[in-house]
Amino acid sequence: MTGLLYLIPIAMLLGLLGLGAFLWALRSGQFDDLDGAAYRILFDDDEDVSPGRGERPVR
Amino acid sequence: MTDATTALIDRQPAAPLGGCCSAARGRPEAPVRQHAAPASDDRGESAPPVPDDAVAADFTAYVGRDDAGRSVLHLLVEGIHCGGCVAKIERALRRSPGVEDARVNLTTRRLVVAWRGPAEQAARHMAAITDLGYRVVPYDPQRARKGEARDETELLRAMAVAGFAAGNIMLLSVSVWAGHFQDMGPATRDLLHWFSAIVAIPAIFYAGRPFFRSALTALRHGRTNMDVPISLGVLLATAMSLHETAVGGPHAYFDSAVTLLFFLLVGRYLDRRARGQARSAAERLLSLRANAVAVLDTNGTVTLLPPEQVRPGMVVLVAAGARIPVDGRVLDGRSDIDTSLITGETLPVAATVGDTVFAGTLNQSGPLRLEVTAVGTDTLLGEIVRLMEATEQRKARYVSLADRVARLYAPVVHLLALATFVGWAWALAAPWQVALLNAVAVLIITCPCALGLAVPVVQVIASGRLMRQGILLKSATALERLAVADTIVFDKTGTLTTGRPELLRDERIDASDLALAASLAAASRHPLARALVRAVPDASVADGVVEVAGHGLSRATPEGEVRLGSRRWCGVAEDAEEGAAAGPEMWLTRPGRPPVRFAFADALRPDAASVVARLKALGFEVELLSGDREAVVSAVAAAVGIDRFRASCTPVEKCDRLAALAAAGRKVLMVGDGLNDAPALAAALVSVSPSSAADVSQTAADAVFQGERLHPVLELLTVSRRVERLVRQNFALAFGYNVLTIPVAVMGLVTPLIAAICMSASSLVVVGNSFRLARRRPA
Repeated sequence: MTGLLYLIPIAMLLGLLGLGAFLWALRSGQFDDLDGAAYRILFDDDEDVSPGRGERPVR
Repeated sequence: MTDATTALIDRQPAAPLGGCCSAARGRPEAPVRQHAAPASDDRGESAPPVPDDAVAADFTAYVGRDDAGRSVLHLLVEGIHCGGCVAKIERALRRSPGVEDARVNLTTRRLVVAWRGPAEQAARHMAAITDLGYRVVPYDPQRARKGEARDETELLRAMAVAGFAAGNIMLLSVSVWAGHFQDMGPATRDLLHWFSAIVAIPAIFYAGRPFFRSALTALRHGRTNMDVPISLGVLLATAMSLHETAVGGPHAYFDSAVTLLFFLLVGRYLDRRARGQARSAAERLLSLRANAVAVLDTNGTVTLLPPEQVRPGMVVLVAAGARIPVDGRVLDGRSDIDTSLITGETLPVAATVGDTVFAGTLNQSGPLRLEVTAVGTDTLLGEIVRLMEATEQRKARYVSLADRVARLYAPVVHLLALATFVGWAWALAAPWQVALLNAVAVLIITCPCALGLAVPVVQVIASGRLMRQGILLKSATALERLAVADTIVFDKTGTLTTGRPELLRDERIDASDLALAASLAAASRHPLARALVRAVPDASVADGVVEVAGHGLSRATPEGEVRLGSRRWCGVAEDAEEGAAAGPEMWLTRPGRPPVRFAFADALRPDAASVVARLKALGFEVELLSGDREAVVSAVAAAVGIDRFRASCTPVEKCDRLAALAAAGRKVLMVGDGLNDAPALAAALVSVSPSSAADVSQTAADAVFQGERLHPVLELLTVSRRVERLVRQNFALAFGYNVLTIPVAVMGLVTPLIAAICMSASSLVVVGNSFRLARRRPA
């Protein structure tokens, strides 16, 4: 049973990584425009090769 | 534009100011440019498009700098409805020289533009958007970021943390529960409990903040709400579990506490998310205010002043195409004024020297010089907004069903827990730890987990279903209030009718006359001229057409002058064609031919009559209140089958009528669109606006529907009644569970396992019941 002593913390650490990734995504504006992103894949952006980096870099 | 985008856009509503969406619906609308392939945008038309509302504002003041030294401008864009609009705006901007980045957020309808160069270039870049027919308003991102948007992010973060903690603790708890039946040693159990505590305690303090805050506020005001038993239950459960863990006891409730928070946060977040779309509506109110006013000094120089600094008596200039910033009297110039914001009527009114014009209206065709009579909140617009705010406060007193339940529920739960403690401690003479344990178990088991989900889940499913049909719900309690409505009051223009004049077909009109008239009309943006062009989609555009504001169009030809316009402009006697249907008209005169009359009418929405008939069949009282003339209103009322109507109503009279209905015990649903309806919309128990409505009306309304048809009103009423029924069922189910489990808890038989099963099961049942709304066929 001593395995639990390090297995459980490792499992939780992995979970925390996922949580951290989500909070990072939230902070970096990935959830700002949930509706627009669905349409963007349909644009024919041949003429302009803008990186489309989102609102944040402009601020 | 790809076929796929076009197909998507097909379901979208008409943009109020043009844009790609109106065009994609296949109407032969004049601005063909707006649905041509993007590469040919704005190129195929001879008359350059006059921006509908070229905001004569100075954008320079709103331009900021980013880290890279670029000029950045934040804007709200009106008229965006779909991905196609986003693509058009971004492309147009990126083609504008110097622009480095342009990004539209479809959810919030915000636009960020960044360019290299001085701030003064702003006007040029903005012209690229206004030429497409969209209206832009600058806003301050610092100010806008406060408030609700921040709340939503906080909820999402809290939900993520609670979800992570709930998942991990549940894994540990399942091991503990399994250990009860096999032989897990107390040391291992304690270890697992300690791990749970380490995860649970920070998570509870972080994720529970929204509830703790709300509970504290309620208690401080001497009230109690649903958050009080939640907070108390969660905190007591945590404290008790920590104590159990410390003394090596068998039962810890960390999983219950965290799972409860997680479920409740899901409910809260769904609730808020469902109304996120409509949030920007209130911000758009700003767009009605002018940004800079051109004031003419006595010595003849023009200075731009912010609206607050304009005083009555000053002389201001209003360019053609600009919104009039103040109430004033015309000193010089003549123009057509689009008063649809104030009166809700479609046709522009001619204004000449001596006429009074109002702030918020649109100067369509000629420059005007005005003497200011009122500014700011003294204007008619300010008056209407104030009236609306006053009535809206009255409506805010409506208490939602969930809150009413909470008012009863919270004290009952607290009394039960207290009774349990007292009963065990005194009556059964149990040690106080056991009594407290059982009292906390009662609090946990009664924690309104399913109750917290009962309303939001149904509302989310309902608003999802309504949104697919182009109906946006703005208010949390709109469906509840719709469900009790028994009287429906309609506005006329733009609500029962499409608010757009259509040419009445007349066999006597020669096709060549019609084609000639349309070729002249193509040069004008007057609504009647636009209607003529719509009626003759393949008309050629004539050269050398001169427009005289407030009168009409003329064109010199070798045979003489051809004129199209008002009766007087064309020199037609006042009594000519007396007896023809009353309504807006245009005349065409050409040398050597008798004058030709074109009559127009504001067409009814295609299903107006059938919807009204259906509403009456369902037992609703239907009324019509309009600011329009008696003859027109009675004709429309007869056409759609409404018996009771009132014509020539001012905004105040409309409010009074609604107040009278409310006093008579009626629950009124108001359907209207004009700015003149806004106070009435706010005064009614519940209100609905078409998406073509004035901004203020959309702000005041509880729901906004898109499209040409009136059927959404019927759909809203049907769905709201179903929602009401489902919510009541959900409450009954949640209470049913509590009735079963409370005796078990009072007897002290609840273990963490039982608590977890009850909680999840009741939540699942409630959610499952709610999904029945999504599955059934539309009404």
